[in-house]
Amino acid sequence: MGIVSPGFSGRRQTSGPKLPPGQYLTQDFPVLSAGPTPRVALDSWEFAVITETGERHTWSWAELQELPAEEFTVDIHCVTKWSKLGTRWRGVAIETLLEDVETAADFTLAHSYGGYTTNVPLDDLLDGQAWIAYEFEGEPLAPEHGGPARLVVPHLYFWKSAKWVRGLQLLLEDEPGFWETAGYHDYGDPWREQRYQGD
Amino acid sequence: MARTAVSRRLTWRAAELREVRGETSSAHSLIFEVPGWPGHLPGQHVDVRLTAEDGYSTERSYSIASAFTDHHDLVELTVQRIPDGEVSPYLVDVLQPGMRVELRGPVGGWFVWRPADTAPVLLVAGGSGVVPLMAMIRARAQASVRVPFRLVYSTRTPEDVLYADELRRRALEDRGLDVTIVYTRRVPDGHGRPPGRLTAADLAEWGWPPDFEPAVFVCGPTGFVEAAADLLIDAGHEPARIKTERFGGTDA
Repeated sequence: MGIVSPGFSGRRQTSGPKLPPGQYLTQDFPVLSAGPTPRVALDSWEFAVITETGERHTWSWAELQELPAEEFTVDIHCVTKWSKLGTRWRGVAIETLLEDVETAADFTLAHSYGGYTTNVPLDDLLDGQAWIAYEFEGEPLAPEHGGPARLVVPHLYFWKSAKWVRGLQLLLEDEPGFWETAGYHDYGDPWREQRYQGD
Repeated sequence: MARTAVSRRLTWRAAELREVRGETSSAHSLIFEVPGWPGHLPGQHVDVRLTAEDGYSTERSYSIASAFTDHHDLVELTVQRIPDGEVSPYLVDVLQPGMRVELRGPVGGWFVWRPADTAPVLLVAGGSGVVPLMAMIRARAQASVRVPFRLVYSTRTPEDVLYADELRRRALEDRGLDVTIVYTRRVPDGHGRPPGRLTAADLAEWGWPPDFEPAVFVCGPTGFVEAAADLLIDAGHEPARIKTERFGGTDA
């Protein structure tokens, strides 16, 4: 236990689901991005999966919409301490996109319009754990929240859920992305409070 | 200078409040002594942890307002009270000099200015978003570099200006620093610009033209940052040269 602050009682949650350590509940949806919000036109939008051998599998916006989509409701946890419960999304599961992809990769690096990258082990994107989402709460995903489409990996801190996603690079060796190079944790499990390098 | 501050393991440290400076009716600058502080870059932030007597604890992030100076163990945070906040009312209204909290950092290696960078700098602040930008202004003075800096600071009323005296003094004494305050709700007497949100004309007049290729730092509430970044891009600034930090909270 840390230093006790006299007179601080805080606002513990007396009911509802337990939050990861250090997190607090928010009802709004804060926006955190390292740069300006990219404006991506749907007619030139493309999503690519690039294997370790350089093979490219690509989808246009129309092709993405034709893939079987899933509705999913998840809790999300931002490394800046806010958590938001029961967020409702619609999108395509990553395993759907990887169905025809041959790979021996254990690691992935997500790439975004605007240049953002983040690394996630491939296993963390499979088995209904991750999606390319294009709807939030029944509406098209807003640009400031990563629209047209973003990666959603709710069991990791939300910086892993790359906004404005444009591709997934499959890698044999782990390669840190944007925030991971700037001092944030390589894996980012909120329940183990893996916020920064070395946590 | 703590260049590697972002790659070390960040441990929780005891931070004792040494001094409080009232900035506005709702914001205080808190100067903490943090033994063993490794140093920081302007723009970085810290996590602050408060623990209640029954062991419940919660954390929040606050931007560092001070440059890393010869007073190695001092870290200044400027905290704006959010009326229904869980942590900021305690830090602003309850915490007294001599009391301790826990702090860990510095955090963040992206939204930082390094005194070795020679590009002109444009700082665009909305409300309490001025805090990390003030750290950059102070660091520039501390390093005695002559990189031209311009701050365009949007805030509601004259009473809401953080660091008002210091900004006035620095702008007068330093030819390399221009400070423009844009008021959104009420202006001081004799102020030429009517109240209103930041416009393209404001940035054209008080910022740097895109062909100067300035390094741009924008910090404030989400709506403000989105609007300001869009104006800058429309004016021709390269998105890659615009670094943003978005705060929660209400609009400036």
